[in-house]
Amino acid sequence: MLARTAASLYWLGRYVERAEFTARLIEATMRLDLLSARPAGTGAWESALAVAAAEDGFWLTGSTIEPEAVTAYLALDGANPNSIRSCLDAARSNAKSVRTALTREAWEAINRAWLGLRDRRAAGGAAATLALAERLRAEARGFEGALHRMLRNEASAFVRLGAAVERADNTARLIDVKYHLLLPESEQVGGPIDRDQWTTILHTVSAVTAYRWLYRDGLKPGLVVDLLVLRAEMPRSIAASSEEIVALLGALGRRLGRQGEADRMARLRHATIGRATVNGIIAGGLHEFLQAFIAENSRLDAAIAHQFRFLA
Amino acid sequence: METRAAFDEVWGHSSGTAARAEFETLARWIAETPAAELHRRQHAAEAAFRQLGITFAVYGEDEAAERIIPFDIVPRIFSASEWRKLERGLEQRVTAINAFLADMYGPRHILRDGVIPADLLLANPQLRPQVAGVRPPHGVYAHICGIDMVRVGADEFYVLEDNARTPSGVSYMLENREAMIRLCPELFELFAVEPVDHYTDLLLSTLQSVTPRAGTEPVCVLLTPGHFNSAFYEHSFLADAMGIELVEAADLEVDDDIVWMRTIQGRVRVDVIYRRIDDEFIDPLLFRPDSMLGVPGLMAAYLAGNVTLANAPGTGIADDKAIYSYMPEIVKYYTGSDAMLPNVQTFRCREPEALRYTLDRLETLVVKLVDGSGGYGMLVGPTASAAEIERFRAALVAEPHRYIAQPTLALSTVPTLTEAGIAPRHVDFRPFCLTGAQGVKIVPGGLTRVALREGSLVVNSSQGGGTKDSLILSDSPRRRQAPVGALRYAG
Repeated sequence: MLARTAASLYWLGRYVERAEFTARLIEATMRLDLLSARPAGTGAWESALAVAAAEDGFWLTGSTIEPEAVTAYLALDGANPNSIRSCLDAARSNAKSVRTALTREAWEAINRAWLGLRDRRAAGGAAATLALAERLRAEARGFEGALHRMLRNEASAFVRLGAAVERADNTARLIDVKYHLLLPESEQVGGPIDRDQWTTILHTVSAVTAYRWLYRDGLKPGLVVDLLVLRAEMPRSIAASSEEIVALLGALGRRLGRQGEADRMARLRHATIGRATVNGIIAGGLHEFLQAFIAENSRLDAAIAHQFRFLA
Repeated sequence: METRAAFDEVWGHSSGTAARAEFETLARWIAETPAAELHRRQHAAEAAFRQLGITFAVYGEDEAAERIIPFDIVPRIFSASEWRKLERGLEQRVTAINAFLADMYGPRHILRDGVIPADLLLANPQLRPQVAGVRPPHGVYAHICGIDMVRVGADEFYVLEDNARTPSGVSYMLENREAMIRLCPELFELFAVEPVDHYTDLLLSTLQSVTPRAGTEPVCVLLTPGHFNSAFYEHSFLADAMGIELVEAADLEVDDDIVWMRTIQGRVRVDVIYRRIDDEFIDPLLFRPDSMLGVPGLMAAYLAGNVTLANAPGTGIADDKAIYSYMPEIVKYYTGSDAMLPNVQTFRCREPEALRYTLDRLETLVVKLVDGSGGYGMLVGPTASAAEIERFRAALVAEPHRYIAQPTLALSTVPTLTEAGIAPRHVDFRPFCLTGAQGVKIVPGGLTRVALREGSLVVNSSQGGGTKDSLILSDSPRRRQAPVGALRYAG
């Protein structure tokens, strides 16, 4: 496979995952704002911007923090490199340049999502935004479905590798920001706002039901951290993403007959997470743990690019 | 030209009273399928094309302005005997084109024998002196030719233009057929139609046959300028269907006159490049130094005989519009027989008498730049404004050698679905001819382009033309299979 093709596939996976995550983030923030026991207000939208690393960019638009403006920036603003629109543009552009490596179904899913957003100018009210987020999640599911029907060859491995690396990053950022930004000083841990916010996190990663199945217990921050960091059966957890990265790199290595630095890093990281406990993580500082993970993930990304000669 | 109505492929000259014998079935199908139903199917086809991204980019507009080429649901049909004649003529023509190229970049007998004025060739901007004396592997220059044909009567086909550089449109031939089979399956029960879907297999075996390295499995790639190119869809479609890599210049590197592509496992040696980049852009070291599309050193590898380029650099000399007018002589010179497919009568404005003739009759002629394409730089006399005619008159007087003129042909029409129902629209036809080490192969079909505006003769997609499927009927009509039970008791 051409190195350029592999790079485009990998980034296709990352961008689709990022677009879907941003749609989920908007949807969950809206829920938090509208449905929680007390209106969550600007705090919720501020933290959504923080999770998406979009605070500075939003500030430059000169808008004030309110649902429609933040939603528009996160979803539709072409000037925001991580908006859903920008992600879909980049995903489609990558997909288009490597169409020969994708199935028709996979390409159509991307193209359809892109066409669906192409003429959208305003986010609209809450109902329209929720409908938009729901549709984007459906398109992402369609893409994932198409991906799983592709040959289990290098092409599908690179797309899934990109998605897994992106997912690990998103989940870590989500826990980090929500944990530290959302809980006001005056609030009791376990109070209604705290509970709403933890529910929001679970909503963002579609894990509300999973939590109940696994813990049969009221919401406890430690258990949410356990679920999203350490439980490998939870598809968006850090443990599951790390495991998937090891597996995909292993599959690529077997097909290509060689392994490299990225494999070593991924395996080492996976082993570390396997040994970790919730109590240990919280004692050492959750924020520090997550920041270290995010930095490590970015080094892994660079190692993958180097190992597969993404850069000419 | 206005003395008689244009020839209609279905109705002949009878203007709708009785279909030509071979086409009664099609006429009945058109008559019996309600226009609303045809519209519905046509929209379904176009929606599918949009969804598949079968688009062409319009230069100067942003990506959102990608367009699909309009598709017409009413097919054009050739009878088996019509096609046989065309096929023989095409084979003769592309054989002559390759012989001409071999001669021009070799001994140049044709100039010595005075068949064509030497200055026309030697001063031609399409001549690539850099490849003189280089015989490409197996002696093939123009591996893929698209020959543009028009028809004016029952047995009157003319070649309008030869395309021997990087002709496009074959993906539409294949996608249009797919759409027709899905949306109008009954047509394929009414007619026994020759298949076209093995085109990509033939293209791949053609490319493999001209590998410069015997004894190894040839590595073939398709070189594209990238996904901003208007024909990118076709490039990716063809690479995909052949199962070969679609490469951009950055994916290739030349080392010691050998071409390699960069893969995730390291370098892989490349033997054959189907390039869809023009000569001027393929190698900045030999041609345009400002080009970012090309591969430095590619031409050195080619000259060293280590890689095959399809089509070979320099093939433009064979499809130049100034050379075109000599094609009948060229065909005769190299094949020894008269050209089976005639040219459209052409006036070379570089010749004083032809120039005078042209200037006297501008309002009845089509005038073309010899190096123009895509319908640009062209005067269609009968529909041009007085100002346009005067502009061309001045241009012709100033630089006559840059122009040719042709009579305005009454291009044949084919019934076409319009807002107001079925109506005749003018068409042309581009079959695709493949030449490999084992000779010429032509898939029975091609691209029919249709001028969608009433009366218009301009079929280019960049000028608002559309496409149709082109069905070649088989000689041996498919017999419906009898039910198994009936066979058992038949005898």
